[in-house]
Amino acid sequence: MASKLAQSNRAGWVMAFPGIALIATFIIVPFFLAFAFSLTNQRLASPNPTQYVGFANYSDLLGLAVFTLEPERDESGAVLRDEDGAIEYPRLRQFTRNNPDYPSLQGKREWFSWQSGENRTVILASDVVFMKALVNTITFVVVVAPLQAGIALALALLINQKLAGISLFRAIYFMPVVVSIVVVSLLWQFIYSPGDGLLNNLLSGLTFGLFEPRDWLGNPSTALGSIIAMSIWQGVGFHMVIWLAGLQTISPTLYEAAEIEGSSKVQTFLYVTWPGLRNTAVLILIVITMQAFALFAQIDVMTKGGPLDSTQVLVFQAVERGYGKQDISGGSAISVILFLIVLCISLIQRWLTRERS
Amino acid sequence: MKLQTALAVFLAAGVTGTAAAQTELSLWYHGAGSANAEEALVNQMVEEFNASQSDWKVVIETFPQLAYNDAVGAAALAGELPDILDVDGPVMPNWAWAGYMQPLGIDEAKLEGYLPGPIGRWNGEVYSVGLWDAAVALTTRRSTLEKYDIRVPTLDAPWSLEEFNNALAAIAASGDFEYPLDLGMAWAGEWYPYAFSPLLQSFGGDIVDRDTYQTAEGVLNGDEALAFGEWWQSLFENNHVPGTSQDAADRETGLVEGKYAMSWNGNWAALPVVEAFGDDALFLPAPDLGNGSTIGAASWQFGISGTTEHPEGARAFIEFALQDRWFAAFSDGTGLIPVTASAAASTENYAPGGPLEVFYSLSENQALVRPVTPGYIVQAKVFEKALADIANGADVADTLDAAVDEINEDIQANAGYGH
Repeated sequence: MASKLAQSNRAGWVMAFPGIALIATFIIVPFFLAFAFSLTNQRLASPNPTQYVGFANYSDLLGLAVFTLEPERDESGAVLRDEDGAIEYPRLRQFTRNNPDYPSLQGKREWFSWQSGENRTVILASDVVFMKALVNTITFVVVVAPLQAGIALALALLINQKLAGISLFRAIYFMPVVVSIVVVSLLWQFIYSPGDGLLNNLLSGLTFGLFEPRDWLGNPSTALGSIIAMSIWQGVGFHMVIWLAGLQTISPTLYEAAEIEGSSKVQTFLYVTWPGLRNTAVLILIVITMQAFALFAQIDVMTKGGPLDSTQVLVFQAVERGYGKQDISGGSAISVILFLIVLCISLIQRWLTRERS
Repeated sequence: MKLQTALAVFLAAGVTGTAAAQTELSLWYHGAGSANAEEALVNQMVEEFNASQSDWKVVIETFPQLAYNDAVGAAALAGELPDILDVDGPVMPNWAWAGYMQPLGIDEAKLEGYLPGPIGRWNGEVYSVGLWDAAVALTTRRSTLEKYDIRVPTLDAPWSLEEFNNALAAIAASGDFEYPLDLGMAWAGEWYPYAFSPLLQSFGGDIVDRDTYQTAEGVLNGDEALAFGEWWQSLFENNHVPGTSQDAADRETGLVEGKYAMSWNGNWAALPVVEAFGDDALFLPAPDLGNGSTIGAASWQFGISGTTEHPEGARAFIEFALQDRWFAAFSDGTGLIPVTASAAASTENYAPGGPLEVFYSLSENQALVRPVTPGYIVQAKVFEKALADIANGADVADTLDAAVDEINEDIQANAGYGH
């Protein structure tokens, strides 16, 4: 087979050449370059020579430490408490900044902490922003992948009917996909606008004024959720169409047979529709997962990672470091980490959804 | 491309008769599609220069501002920089350090009497000169201050920190406005270091230690900086200013519409205020928060590319541009501040008695350029994020420490940036 592919298929290779050349130039070569750059101190613009630094970029991103803070005590050894009764601890910066007794903590910052008895256990990270970006990205994927796939399937089932004017609904649901994500982000920025934005007005109208207007994108607790909601709204139409294509490959005779057997709607879905959509489901889950990991435009337009890093994500950080801060090597390291994560998840998904024979 | 150039040369030769002997110089400019007369004026200046002598022919290519810096970076990597560059003042040291630019080589006596901001110096040499400067003022109305019994500050006697805080509190207590002060938090990006680092400097801190440019320790997280950070956070906690999610439209029109009592804004936004409020409009100097009043300086400037084969031609063009009549023309066309007093006298807005005259003295007396270092590009981003985080309630000391660490690591990673 291989020899046939290589030798007696000259015309095929010639025709494939432009595509292969483009993919090699813009995808394969940059990928290997990113990996190479991540092992150096490459800058975007610098008269200094590039040096090999090993895995320093990775340890700067991934470094973690655990530290236990003991409470402040007075002379008798009793724990000091502030007016509210909360235990007082020494400031972390005493240990992390130029303290020769704790060289492993140098330059690290608090990522999160919890109380254990009188002590407070702190997880420190070399790069808290990267860690937050990692957690936010994974949160985004975990919420968006099932939700977007599920809503898309529901929409596909709704529009997979022979009703008058059904194409109008198909067009409406598909419309957000055709609009540029940047335009969609700007529009949703108006919708989420604090005070008298559309969403605030709508909610307070529906609740007869009970709803307190919120600053959707300006509040760390709602910012990522707001971006998840608008991302699903924008992307759901595309996957609806893929589901629809899957639905229409299922033979109508199966439905007729199910009807004759007296199957209920739920049973028809579970035993006829869903098994018929197996391959479509695998495709959609993998596509949504990959797209969700690449989240960038919404963040860049709407929040720039803020407030308080609540919407930092990996691709935005890679761009911000590589171009904004001229640190190509740091940006490349993030890209390589992202690639490894996506690769692992794709392999796991492939394994979980494999044909069991 | 070649054909077009040949055609252009051919046509130009046909029209002027002398152009055939001229050597072509490329000029890149950031102001494509500018809302005002800026682009037209640059084109006019190029045409007049080409007609004024027979050695050089400048060919201008304009870029949208947002894409301009990226275009220059890409061109430098590809070895295709133009002969003459247009550069944002604080970015210039980075480009000079990276070899994108070379010293101007203009006799410094010619720059006598210029405002300090428009002259771009790096490593003791002048690399760029601007035809205008920009300044920031506290914009408000005389009637507003009188209503709340607030003293009108002057250049010699600006508000102290206490007076400033009291003024904000008094206006806030009245409930007449949504917010007493608009800082322009909606303008993410260079506005933060340009407009807000002077407030930090007025407290006595800075983005980086300007003696050595090797560390930010003790400067961006010293006692003065911590005091600044606490004050900065209190502005947002007390609801005296709108936060980072401010609507961009409110930033543009909030003062005129009466949502805000005061606005920290640039001279480029001053004319609509004068139109709306007339004589009632006030442009106040920055408050003295303990260490003198400071505002930012330096706008877009011209320089010579590091790789040009004809630096003398580029120099001739820049010297041609450095004339009072161009300073005045750009000022009239764009509302920006002319760089010499003699040019200011012949403009509509900055002449004695003109509506924006006050900005010239603000620039002259309070201007301090942003840190003059190649690392400024990174430092500006770190500073912007720190201020946004503090505004959103992050711990002041931890945030400033983290900013210091990031700035210092970047300086080390770049082997001290050649200082």
